[in-house]
Amino acid sequence: MSFFPMVLMSAQVLLAVAMLFALVRLMAGPRAHDRVLALDTLYVNAMLLVLAFGIREGTALYFEAALVIGMLGFVSTAALAKFLLRGEVIE
Amino acid sequence: MSETVAALLVFAGALCAFVGSLGLLRLGSFYERVHPPTMGTTLGTALVLAGSIVYFTALESRPVIHEIVIAVLMTVNTPVTYMLLVRAALHRDRA
Repeated sequence: MSFFPMVLMSAQVLLAVAMLFALVRLMAGPRAHDRVLALDTLYVNAMLLVLAFGIREGTALYFEAALVIGMLGFVSTAALAKFLLRGEVIE
Repeated sequence: MSETVAALLVFAGALCAFVGSLGLLRLGSFYERVHPPTMGTTLGTALVLAGSIVYFTALESRPVIHEIVIAVLMTVNTPVTYMLLVRAALHRDRA
């Protein structure tokens, strides 16, 4: 295997292991805000994994999927933090 | 040449995200654990997006800079969400 696919594949493996770490924290987190933080990290790592996959495939199509993942991750984390703060999302 | 630069940039970004997630897993209290994931969201995302810009600019032989949208999004969103989250944690610890 040549240099470019090999380095990109190892980057993808690193990101997958990072997602696994975030998943372990999501399962084990002692309190609710730990779990929300782990979910946010999981979102960011998934976005980077989709971007790396798009670079390896050589199409700009996966960029839009990564953009949607980033936006939904922000909205969900903000809504969960608001819920933890106030007990309601929309007052 | 640009393929090599792009691959190394993506690998460095993935390494930053990996170290950030490892810190999230290993550190002791919540207020320590808030810090490491920001490494993945700032430097990791910036390096992966720089690799994407370099690679697609060379591939399509024209400037491709639409990755800046994600960079701006992450730069604006991460502090907002983490400050909300830490404020919620402080509120819950005080109560």
